[in-house]
Amino acid sequence: MHDMSALELSAAIMAKKIGVIEAVDAYIDRIEASDSRLNAFLCVEKDKARAKASQIQARLDAGERLSPLAGVPVAIKDNISVEDMQCTCASNMLGGYTPVFNATAVERLERAGMIVIGKLNMDEFAMGGSSETGVFGAVKNPWDTSRVAGGSSGGSAAAVASGEIPLALGSDTGGSIRQPCAFCGVTGIKPTYGAVSRYGLVAYASSLDQIGPIGNNIDDCAAMLSIISGRDDMDSTCVLESPFDFGQEACPQRLDGIKIGLPRNYFDAGIAEDVKSAVMAAARELEEAGAVVEEFEMPLMDYMIPAYYIIACAEASSNLSRYDGLKYGYRSPNADTLQGVYRMSRSEGFGLEVKRRIMLGSFVLSSGYYDAYYKKALQVRSLIKDAYSSLFGRFDMILSPVAPGTAYKIGENAGDPLKMYMGDIYTVSVNLAGLPAAALPCGFGAKGMPIGFQLVGSAFSEGKLVSAARVYQNRTEFNKARPGGEAL
Amino acid sequence: MTWEVVVGLEVHAELSTRSKIFCGCTTAFGGEPNSQVCPVCSGMPGSLPRLNSAVVEYAARLGIALNCEIANECVFDRKNYFYPDLPKAYQISQLYAPICSGGFLEIEVGEASKKIGIREIHMEEDAGKLIHNSQSGETFMDFNRCGVPLLEIVSLPDIRSGAEAAAYLERLREILLYLDICDCKMQEGSLRADVNLSVRRCGSSEFGVRTEMKNLNSIKAVSRAIEHESVRQIALLDRGGTVTQQTRRWDDTKGESYAMRSKENAQDYRYFPEPDLPNSALGESWLARILENMPELAHEKRERYAGEFGISAYEAKVLTGDRNIAGLFEELASLCGNPKEAARLISGELMRLMNASSILPEELNIDASKLAKLVVLVTEGKISRDAYKETIEAVFTQNVDPGAYIAQKGLLMQSDDDAVMESVLAAINDNPEAVADYFLGKEKALTFLMGKVMKKLGKSANPIAVKKSMEDRLQCIGGKK
Amino acid sequence: MRVDAGLISYLEELSALSLSEDEKLRLLGDLDEILQYMASLSGLDTQNIPAYSLVYDNMNAREDVATSSLDREKLLRNAPKSANGMFVAPRTV
Repeated sequence: MHDMSALELSAAIMAKKIGVIEAVDAYIDRIEASDSRLNAFLCVEKDKARAKASQIQARLDAGERLSPLAGVPVAIKDNISVEDMQCTCASNMLGGYTPVFNATAVERLERAGMIVIGKLNMDEFAMGGSSETGVFGAVKNPWDTSRVAGGSSGGSAAAVASGEIPLALGSDTGGSIRQPCAFCGVTGIKPTYGAVSRYGLVAYASSLDQIGPIGNNIDDCAAMLSIISGRDDMDSTCVLESPFDFGQEACPQRLDGIKIGLPRNYFDAGIAEDVKSAVMAAARELEEAGAVVEEFEMPLMDYMIPAYYIIACAEASSNLSRYDGLKYGYRSPNADTLQGVYRMSRSEGFGLEVKRRIMLGSFVLSSGYYDAYYKKALQVRSLIKDAYSSLFGRFDMILSPVAPGTAYKIGENAGDPLKMYMGDIYTVSVNLAGLPAAALPCGFGAKGMPIGFQLVGSAFSEGKLVSAARVYQNRTEFNKARPGGEAL
Repeated sequence: MTWEVVVGLEVHAELSTRSKIFCGCTTAFGGEPNSQVCPVCSGMPGSLPRLNSAVVEYAARLGIALNCEIANECVFDRKNYFYPDLPKAYQISQLYAPICSGGFLEIEVGEASKKIGIREIHMEEDAGKLIHNSQSGETFMDFNRCGVPLLEIVSLPDIRSGAEAAAYLERLREILLYLDICDCKMQEGSLRADVNLSVRRCGSSEFGVRTEMKNLNSIKAVSRAIEHESVRQIALLDRGGTVTQQTRRWDDTKGESYAMRSKENAQDYRYFPEPDLPNSALGESWLARILENMPELAHEKRERYAGEFGISAYEAKVLTGDRNIAGLFEELASLCGNPKEAARLISGELMRLMNASSILPEELNIDASKLAKLVVLVTEGKISRDAYKETIEAVFTQNVDPGAYIAQKGLLMQSDDDAVMESVLAAINDNPEAVADYFLGKEKALTFLMGKVMKKLGKSANPIAVKKSMEDRLQCIGGKK
Repeated sequence: MRVDAGLISYLEELSALSLSEDEKLRLLGDLDEILQYMASLSGLDTQNIPAYSLVYDNMNAREDVATSSLDREKLLRNAPKSANGMFVAPRTV
């Protein structure tokens, strides 16, 4: 069963070759066997999952056609609300917090007949690039458990890579879906800003956050994206009129006529040789499939990280102000005045990286600094968006690395926040411009660790990205590799 | 060397929409604590705002009524601060681009009229309610009011006295009620006023240090607070002291203000554009539709009544005191074709009846067509004024059909000359002293004699006919003598 | 501009945080380094460039209809302290 794709699993369930409860049990067994090694899951809701599985089985037996992913188990990053399940964001601040409503994306997955098995580990409040900052310990990379799984959706990527779950939801603010996918050798999509409802996603940076799928192949991811995308009354920024429909192309092998841009300055300094060659090889593969690959100079590269962090931290400092010990979450037992409750609850509840970003955010919004930092960053953001718009006048998509290196050792970068931030150089501009990107495995590095690349498209061009990704995955085998030497 | 008082008012009006500004919870007043709350207005993690289109329309309506420029883009900002009545720890408001700006409100002070400038009108969400328990040292938070839509109306510092402030607030209140966007119950908090006051030497163009007063829950309180604070500041400056910039709390029962502990001196609210609400273009067709549907305002009606109908200023004021009354008047005037008489009926009899039975304008349910019938009957001389008043009352209290009632009570005036003549002669014969008094010039005698006739003839008597007949008869007698 | 203890204190107040001495020391260095780096934005000419914002043609606003609210029990379920149907805070004045 673990060899099947999610779509194949659902087809087998529909064909009555496998039962829904059987599928759920098989994955829960797998999780129980492997997760102590990985720490990808923060909770597994066995009883709820089995109860849901019965319901879905009954409906399928009654002849209902729910979706191409009906009956498939799914796990959710622990910053996305699932009613009556924990939602800690890997923080003490939300320890014990249980949402009383579902995120819209979760609602849609459940309506499509998918079964939520549990919640996945991450960086605290999605702030990080390694899934080390959470209070429940780091997520281990299934390819080498002494290394990070990437972040902040590390739990999602590790769970999929290790076969614990066929599909997972993650979130991406500055690369948090794509980078762990690259580090763990799995496939993921960061949708266009406004394609998927953020209602129920615990906000980090409102103008940058998006929920997206992580899976073993592009078709599974695309199927899940179809289900969760489209207008939502609860989210004013979610404006995609109707959900994506990616059609069913039969094993496409060619990309004739597609123009792909390759930013040559991304390969200049700071990128590991093995990553460079694997990504270049991916470009050549698509060229051989008929695409026209052309190099260009990506503008504004030096300004991407500062602009991103200024905006993200500013929004985060405001979004996280609601955690005050009064309405939900952690309340310090050491305080009895109002100021005390605020300051002690927040100082004891939040980890250092979260505090660092909140302080940075307060600074860039404070009077006297607002113009030079926040307003300036918004202007740079306009320039970056315009630059991409120009580029998409020349190219159908842009191919680039996801991270400058492969998964590093746990603890290696812990003491150097700025270095961590710089690691996001290839991903943040995509969020700043609100564009879609698909992350695909494309090889292995010197230490046997996975390498990924991304295809970035213009707004709402997920269809083009999925087509190109299909071609790539039909011509290569990288997404089929499994840790522990189990190739499919 | 005289002083000039410089006042600006910030008024918060709670809008009477059905639902809150950013979620579908009801705005109804007086629910059980925390019974009108959802994840959005209680700031739960993952919640997002969704704008209520009526709030923007109401804001535009008010902006038009106050002669403002309406913005062509709808933009919100976050105002960040920590307080238990603010669940998200930020208030969604408008700083950088308020929906309306640069208007004025005209007030009448005595004989003169004056324009008070409006700096801006902006939309924002209300905070919750805190209940303090001094014994237990705890504060309880009720979020029912979180997210109720507010319009903040900021005037320029053009107001110069408590009386002007009262006139401003009365006119603003009238406009809000006529636009039907706020129920203006200051005691319930749906209309709140903050006063910014400073003083300066007459002729100076510099502004003095200003204080702010909050917690003013009636127009009279605003007026009193302004008078008191001006005296306080002037006295302070006359002594050679300086005014401290601070917020003061006004105690209306004591008639005094107190400095509030100014621990939040200059709060840095770190305003930035609200990322969860995209900016939206406010199209010309949207604005045109609102302009088209603007109701006529009270002061516009008063001008029209005076001009078109020749109605007195006093009556016009009464008629436009409430939109429902004005509406009834206009309907009646149109049905009976006699605006002056219609005005008289409504501002006279009807108001009297309403006051006597404590019926509010919004509760009034009376059939204008019935009143119209009565107006026609009285002006055509078919019923007496007394019968008119009586029937109006019957329509008001029992909703009678006027025709049926008049017939049943025999109120149609008879100008039957024989009956009148007979009664007149009888009265003259029976009351010789009164007749003599009449010829001695005592006016009361005529009234006395007429009374006798009227009593005999009953309500159907036409007093005009009786008087004429009586006078004729008496003259004849006089002539004979 | 350099980050000093005074700024850290001010930011703590704005952010409602009380850092430990260790954290203060740590952040003093981190924030200084990060802000220096962020200040590199000033090297880019952005005169007359509009600040990024999403602008939509229509308001994407809802109709003014009252819908049902949360059950009070659900609202208070996660509250660290509640009584009489309300959240409880220490004295605010």
